[in-house]
Amino acid sequence: MGWHKKVLRVNLTDGSCNAEPLNMRWASEYLGQRGLATKYLLEEIDPQVDPLSPDNKLIFATGPLTGTMASTGGRFSVVTKGALTGAIACSNSGGYFGAELKFAGWDMVIFEGRALSPVYLLIKDDSVELLPADDLWGRSVWETDEILHRRHQDPQLRIAAIGQSGEEGVLFACVVNDLHRAAGRSGVGTVMGSKNLKAIAVRGTQGVKVKDPARFMRVVNEKKQILAENAVTGQGLPTYGTQVLMNVINEVGALPTNNAADVQFAGASKISGEAMHEVRASDGKANLIANKACFGCTIACGRISRIDKTHYTVVNRPEYWGASGGLEYEAAWALGAATGVDDLEALTFANFVCNEQAFDPITFGSTLGAAMELYEMGLISDADTGGTALKFGSAEALTKMAELVGKGEGFGKILGLGSKRLCEKYGHPELSMSVKGQEFPAYDPRGIQGMGLTYATSNRGACHLRSYTVASEILGIPEKTDPLATEGKAGLVKAFQDATAAVDSTGLCLFTTFAWSLDDFQPQVDAACDGEWSLERLSEVGERIWNMERQFNLAAGFTGKDDTLPKRLLKDAAKTGPAKGRVNGLDQMLPEYYQLRGWDDAGVPTQETLSKLGL
Amino acid sequence: MLRSLSIEPEKCTGCLQCEMACSYENEGVFNPAKSRIKVFVFEREGRNVPYTCTQCADAWCKNACPTEAIQINAATGAKEINNGLCVGCKVCTIACPFGTVNYNHATGKVIKCDLCGGDPACAKACPTQAITFVDADWTGYSKMRNWAQRTDTQSSAQV
Repeated sequence: MGWHKKVLRVNLTDGSCNAEPLNMRWASEYLGQRGLATKYLLEEIDPQVDPLSPDNKLIFATGPLTGTMASTGGRFSVVTKGALTGAIACSNSGGYFGAELKFAGWDMVIFEGRALSPVYLLIKDDSVELLPADDLWGRSVWETDEILHRRHQDPQLRIAAIGQSGEEGVLFACVVNDLHRAAGRSGVGTVMGSKNLKAIAVRGTQGVKVKDPARFMRVVNEKKQILAENAVTGQGLPTYGTQVLMNVINEVGALPTNNAADVQFAGASKISGEAMHEVRASDGKANLIANKACFGCTIACGRISRIDKTHYTVVNRPEYWGASGGLEYEAAWALGAATGVDDLEALTFANFVCNEQAFDPITFGSTLGAAMELYEMGLISDADTGGTALKFGSAEALTKMAELVGKGEGFGKILGLGSKRLCEKYGHPELSMSVKGQEFPAYDPRGIQGMGLTYATSNRGACHLRSYTVASEILGIPEKTDPLATEGKAGLVKAFQDATAAVDSTGLCLFTTFAWSLDDFQPQVDAACDGEWSLERLSEVGERIWNMERQFNLAAGFTGKDDTLPKRLLKDAAKTGPAKGRVNGLDQMLPEYYQLRGWDDAGVPTQETLSKLGL
Repeated sequence: MLRSLSIEPEKCTGCLQCEMACSYENEGVFNPAKSRIKVFVFEREGRNVPYTCTQCADAWCKNACPTEAIQINAATGAKEINNGLCVGCKVCTIACPFGTVNYNHATGKVIKCDLCGGDPACAKACPTQAITFVDADWTGYSKMRNWAQRTDTQSSAQV
């Protein structure tokens, strides 16, 4: 219960689609979604495989609570070897698609091989077929969504697709479902494109059952109440979305600005959640028009925005006049602060394009920031960019480059490599704000020390969603720690990493952890899933997953040397704000972290650690 | 006091908790495909609109039913399907101007909102009070109150 105990295996090379039983022993050790799909991947592919070869696999995985009434129970993950990083990739998305896949009776879909020509997968409960997608190739996610809905005459189809960026090999392409929800990071959409798989359309009518329905409903209602009464999940996120953070993080001096040359952005308030509520002088309307929940979510942090019709980006382009997914904090930071652009409408447009053509705004914004630095150093010329001046603060550069990356055209091809390869190409690898090939997001580790260790050790490359110590260091959840101190951060990061890995395997959303701890997940998992799910067991699952991902990366060729940060964060002190004069103290945290993890000095899990975790 | 579902679409976030609650209450399974209430998402307008049976006083579905399988629950005012009498002819689904009576192929009967016997699960599950269960004679009360609050009768006198 919770699980359907059914996996769909799709071999794109020979076109076969087969149902097989879910490995329930693995489910008992890895729960679902992130953990379970990673186990399958590790067992089925060689970690050294080229991410874009047919030998890589691509897994869409739900959790046991996906499609239940637990708040936020609509999550799914896309797990593969990342195109951007070559590391384990696991990108989590909301919207309606994941729950629909579950309702169709599938816990997981595993894609293997490569189709000879473009295809899409149509799932209607047990009926599954691969159909030609030649006419969809070259189309955006939005067009694909519209065409498939019309073709199949079913408004209730839920669709996940790649855009042109994923077809053209932009290395940070994502998978976008329900028009504006994304499995965003590490290039999972690029892997999908390399398999000639354009989209998955699913309609499910079978529903989901849980082990003990009465207890499940009682616990779920209790936990929903906690979310409703919490200041972050009950007020901050509903009112401002994740953008509630823009002004807060800027004030604490941890908003990486102009490719992390600075830690505070003068234009932060103009691109903040508060600004999205402000009535525009031009048309008398606010950027934000509604809150939007993903499936089952009682928080509703999602934003729906509309661009000012008179803004230069959309004049005479009615296709962008409708409402769509608005700015979330990480995107607003990347498209704004990282590039120095403070034009809210331009950011919203770039965000629309990221959704329309399915590419990661974090990596895109950070890569553009790096390109702007190289441009201002005179290393990238107007001839390279096709005439666009890549100056920090230029909204025109931002929106023009977003469109080029979206289509994988012109200089968009070069930006589409991500900042690591871009900066190497122009002879300045140190200007890439990335770890293990993936750009870090909206928290500067000079102002929030724990995030330095978070980025350095994140298994999928720099990422905030692997151990969000911002919660503790800035927001005081579960307890306040000093953001400028390194003491105690190793333990904090480990605890957050393990808990997060467990949460990401349930089918619920990490954002609930502003109000919930593992103690709140445990009774929901236990009431829904076969077997006994104690707190200890859930915690152990989290730690097991973390070490398994580490093993994947070590086998893929990464070493402890890759657990580092861009030199800028370690050598160039913050110039302003509360962190003025500081760099990140990674060297004071990393050895302790290895020790707490039960890893040797080189960052390799010891035999003892592995056997303790059953690995 | 007779009560009705009151729907305020501007408060709806599209989370579908109502659909889940409905299917669980009526079918014992989490399955929006079996929900009697549907949330329609109008993407380009950024609107989410829950929609279900309004329990017409003189109900088209009831009038159309050839087997008198649609009956009034005197306590709640709900038009309820008597599964023992329903033959699945679907005439009620044609008669209903709003489309809120639908055929369930798994059972061969029609399904529609029955107000859960007077304590609708959808209203209880809604996290934003977009769906509430209120005095049937005063479904406009909160809307009236909102407008009343905006009425500034003092400004002209004070100028």
